[in-house]
Amino acid sequence: MSIKKQDIKKIAHLARLAISEDDIPKYTQNLSDILGLVEQMSATDTRGVTPMAHPLDAQQRLRADVVTEKNQREQFQKNAPSVESGLFLVPQVIE
Amino acid sequence: MHTKSIAELSQGLARGDFSSEELTRAYLNRINNFNGPLNALITITADEAIAAARAADNTRQAGNAGALTGVPLLHKDIFCTRGVKTSCGSKMLDNFISPYDATVVEKFKAAGMPMLGKTNMDEFAMGSSNETSFYGPVKNPWDTDTVPGGSSGGSAAAVAARLAPAATGTDTGGSIRQPAALCGITGLKPTYGRVSRYGMVAFASSLDQAGPMTRSAEDAAYLLNVMAGFDERDSTSVERETPDYTANLNNDLKGLKIGLPKEYFNEGLDADVARVIDDAIKHYQSQGAELVEISLPNSNLSVPTYYVVAPAECSSNLSRFDGVRFGYRCENPENLEDLYTRSRSEGFGAEVKRRIMIGTYALSAGYYDAYYLKAQQLRRLISDDFKQAFEKVDVIMGPTAPDVAFKLGEKASDPVSMYLSDIYTIATNLAGLPGMSIPAGFVRDMPVGLQIIGNYFDESRLLNVAHQFQLNTEWHQKIPQGFE
Repeated sequence: MSIKKQDIKKIAHLARLAISEDDIPKYTQNLSDILGLVEQMSATDTRGVTPMAHPLDAQQRLRADVVTEKNQREQFQKNAPSVESGLFLVPQVIE
Repeated sequence: MHTKSIAELSQGLARGDFSSEELTRAYLNRINNFNGPLNALITITADEAIAAARAADNTRQAGNAGALTGVPLLHKDIFCTRGVKTSCGSKMLDNFISPYDATVVEKFKAAGMPMLGKTNMDEFAMGSSNETSFYGPVKNPWDTDTVPGGSSGGSAAAVAARLAPAATGTDTGGSIRQPAALCGITGLKPTYGRVSRYGMVAFASSLDQAGPMTRSAEDAAYLLNVMAGFDERDSTSVERETPDYTANLNNDLKGLKIGLPKEYFNEGLDADVARVIDDAIKHYQSQGAELVEISLPNSNLSVPTYYVVAPAECSSNLSRFDGVRFGYRCENPENLEDLYTRSRSEGFGAEVKRRIMIGTYALSAGYYDAYYLKAQQLRRLISDDFKQAFEKVDVIMGPTAPDVAFKLGEKASDPVSMYLSDIYTIATNLAGLPGMSIPAGFVRDMPVGLQIIGNYFDESRLLNVAHQFQLNTEWHQKIPQGFE
């Protein structure tokens, strides 16, 4: 399995990553190698095998729909790069 | 003081031979003297440790001490620690001061155990050599030109060099057991869901599990007694009673059925490591255990399967790092898209980016069935192999890693060869089974780990089997030269 330069750019964009032109050959090589390893999966016939999403096949536990968290906005926002009046600031989205 | 086991420290504190403050200061001194060349710690929390030690001494004075009150430890920097930097080995979280404690951290605090600091690790726990850390690689105390393994390499190196009596680690594909093997210590990955993941920075949520990294199985049993248990804040935590993990340590091993998977002794295994593992298994035979050859026919698929499941879950988990609410933000973003893209591109290292991209690819439209669904089906087959094996045997044994510690830089530019260093540990995570690594001997002066895999929730038996070996061997007591 090999992937091309354009694939790398597309995948990077989907993941909101930017790979510099200089690094693209290296990433193309590395990802092709990894996908080559992953390709070994296709040799095994898995028709009819139930996919395993959880090691213990457990179901999601439900809880009552009540508020359990207390409001700690100020404390949490201490880690934010930019806040104002309790809001997270980002570059302007709407003109 | 740094040669004492946790049981000995517990007794010494109870008798008043030394105080927790004296013990904690002794270890902080060792950290100051020895951490430099090892780079095993990202943060040293000396003031907090001494304050916690004094509080532990007061608790003891008041007659309220538990078994571990006053015994200090280190936490892997993947666990959130309130008021203390929690970096996960990444530039992305270099500025992150956690506003809360992970459940594991909270439990150790409640047990009265002072935290000495936070240990270095591969970035977001993605790596097998500790070379992907933003804070630079950790060195193996047995030979500082070699890697300590990863991702819990800082914890492994620190325990091996006696910078702490014990440390916490996490294991997604071998990240407790492989560094434990490479540094000559004891490491236990419990059954998936046994220890809470709340407050543990998520990598691959269906695989991640926390566990103790210690010198001996007995020490690990003491730590697991604190760590294990149901936590309603972790939606995958298992509601099941927790036994006293020290209770069965002394059971004898007569009639124990040990499964030896032929796939774990194939041509990929170093011949000298194989000899050490054979000797360890013969030792068990002399203690009355019975050896049974078994087969795990799909084990060759575990590395390929893992490198779909883990990256897919990582690409999803790491989408939270967007430069908005916490973590690294790029300078002067042009617009929102630029803010996301540059913050992530500048904040993540190369290995993390590779895994996010593999996961994004595997989950993207048109590829889901061929990759993620296929991997989940293979995961079932790999897991069924173990189920069948455990109908015939009590534990499974083999090497933890195919070779001893490799040189720094040796595999850094070839991700696939790095991934193959977890070839014997990954299947256990895919199946969700508990696994251990214990020191079994040396090859070319470097430690070798014996892996012991158990059935679901059979941690007590693993600890018993490991302890019985350690009662009759001294490998786990060896201290690397220069750190005596």
